[in-house]
Amino acid sequence: MNDIKTKFDITDIIEQRENLSFITIPKEHAISLVTYLRDVKGFKHLVLLTAADWLEDEEFQLTYLLNNPDEKSDLGVRVFISREDATMETAHHLWEQVATYQRELKEMFGIDFPGSPDVDKPFILEGWDDKPPYRRDFDTKQYSEDTYFPRPGRESNDPAEYMKKKLYPDEK
Amino acid sequence: MKNKLFKITEDRSQFPEKNADGKIDIDLSSHKYLKLWQGPQHPGITGNMALELTVLGDEVMHCETHVGYLHRGFEKLMERRKYIQCFPIVCRVAVPEPDFNEYCFASAMEELAGIEIPEMAKWLRTLVLEMSRLQSYLMWIGGQSGAFGSGIIGQWANYLRDLVLDRFEELTGGRIYHMYQLPGGVRGLLPDGFKERMEETLQTIEKFMGDIDKVMFNNAVFKKRSVGIGYIDPAWINKFGITGPNARAAGVAKDVRKDYPYLKYADLDFDAIVGKDSDIYTRADVRRKDLLLSIDLIRQIFAKMPEKGDIKAKTPNVLHWKVPKGETYSRAECTRGEYGYYMVSDGTEYPRRINVRGPSYTHAIALLEKMIINTNIADVAGLMVSLHTYPPEIER
Repeated sequence: MNDIKTKFDITDIIEQRENLSFITIPKEHAISLVTYLRDVKGFKHLVLLTAADWLEDEEFQLTYLLNNPDEKSDLGVRVFISREDATMETAHHLWEQVATYQRELKEMFGIDFPGSPDVDKPFILEGWDDKPPYRRDFDTKQYSEDTYFPRPGRESNDPAEYMKKKLYPDEK
Repeated sequence: MKNKLFKITEDRSQFPEKNADGKIDIDLSSHKYLKLWQGPQHPGITGNMALELTVLGDEVMHCETHVGYLHRGFEKLMERRKYIQCFPIVCRVAVPEPDFNEYCFASAMEELAGIEIPEMAKWLRTLVLEMSRLQSYLMWIGGQSGAFGSGIIGQWANYLRDLVLDRFEELTGGRIYHMYQLPGGVRGLLPDGFKERMEETLQTIEKFMGDIDKVMFNNAVFKKRSVGIGYIDPAWINKFGITGPNARAAGVAKDVRKDYPYLKYADLDFDAIVGKDSDIYTRADVRRKDLLLSIDLIRQIFAKMPEKGDIKAKTPNVLHWKVPKGETYSRAECTRGEYGYYMVSDGTEYPRRINVRGPSYTHAIALLEKMIINTNIADVAGLMVSLHTYPPEIER
């Protein structure tokens, strides 16, 4: 870890458990670090690549979770990128499955990875023109209320009132 | 005789030459190529997905995987649910193996909250994970044999799976989705006589597995269609993120149960099942041996587990439980490989972000799209089942 700290601009180290740590690195150096970890430090297996939306901080957190199969340890590389300019350098050349992850992140979070294969192609959603749905400010309930209408003839009840009516019909 | 009926030639000059990047230029208007959709409704497809194949004659030249037929938005939905309310959701991420989802979610949450679960709960969790593995493999056997034209084995395997589901029903009250594991432990102890009835079920499965060995694994047709087909190069393991039996059949002993022992796996005596030839047959054989290993592990668990004990650690009120801020990753070995949950908590009663790592995410897209090239159309289903792909893991 010290070796990485001297070579890269790591801002934060969290030791979650014996064989799992998380480190934070600025966006510009992230792919160099991930490449270094893969090629020099033995973190050959990419477990996952995902994002979390920190709406209140106006940031997305990208996590590259890497695994070192020889030392049996995991390292999460965290990168914070601005929500305004949600763009990140592509890593599809490092692992074959990364292109799929990036395609999903583009669709679900609106994070762009210029140069990643098929990154603009719909992955799960088809003809989606709304806000990327996994962003925190996308209101799923509001979306379904606006998009779908109540089926005619269908009643909606308050659960507590309905149970009371069913179980104790005589009680006022 | 074969040569008289069909003109078979080794001359492949009719096939297009590849470009420098290894791809070919597909021009549909040349009428040499045909687009063929396998799925989303197709008996040779695992679950709800589709393969858009471009074929030349009966050989696949290009493939694109399409998912999105079963997107339920579970990861987003969980952000609007309290942690305890996520349990009915997580088990539904993967139908064949709900228990791995429950375990990964519960253990990630326990780790963030600093809760150690009692010994008895660990044994019971290990037991349900192995039972889950057993029934999932039985489901897979039907798919693998069916893909190569032998439907009867699927019927036997389904019967056997039903017997395991009977045991699940006894233990948890549910057949498919169990919600047996909760934060802090499990819901209940074994019912009276459970071990004896489970032993009876295991013996029935062993008896049928002998028959399946003869009818499927020693069958000339199955061997002819699976030996030497669907090769995975061991060098691809890290490049594609391959885990589980797909990696082990290529000689790479990747097994989360051995590499990162969780629950009571360190107390059980077993070795990761490894193959050599890395083709469809070897992968099937690794899974068959893994199934038999599960039977052995269930017997070991029964022999080593205590009769009684606490099954649940003390937890805060689950309806008002604020999980401390932090993030973690919890993994388990499911039948298809490494299953994991990445959990981010912001210190509130609701998860900030849950990401499910299903092994099919890479097996069914990047890997399948590579392996399928130059496969015969008739072998596509067999190849796909041999990777044990499961689309709902891709579109959680």
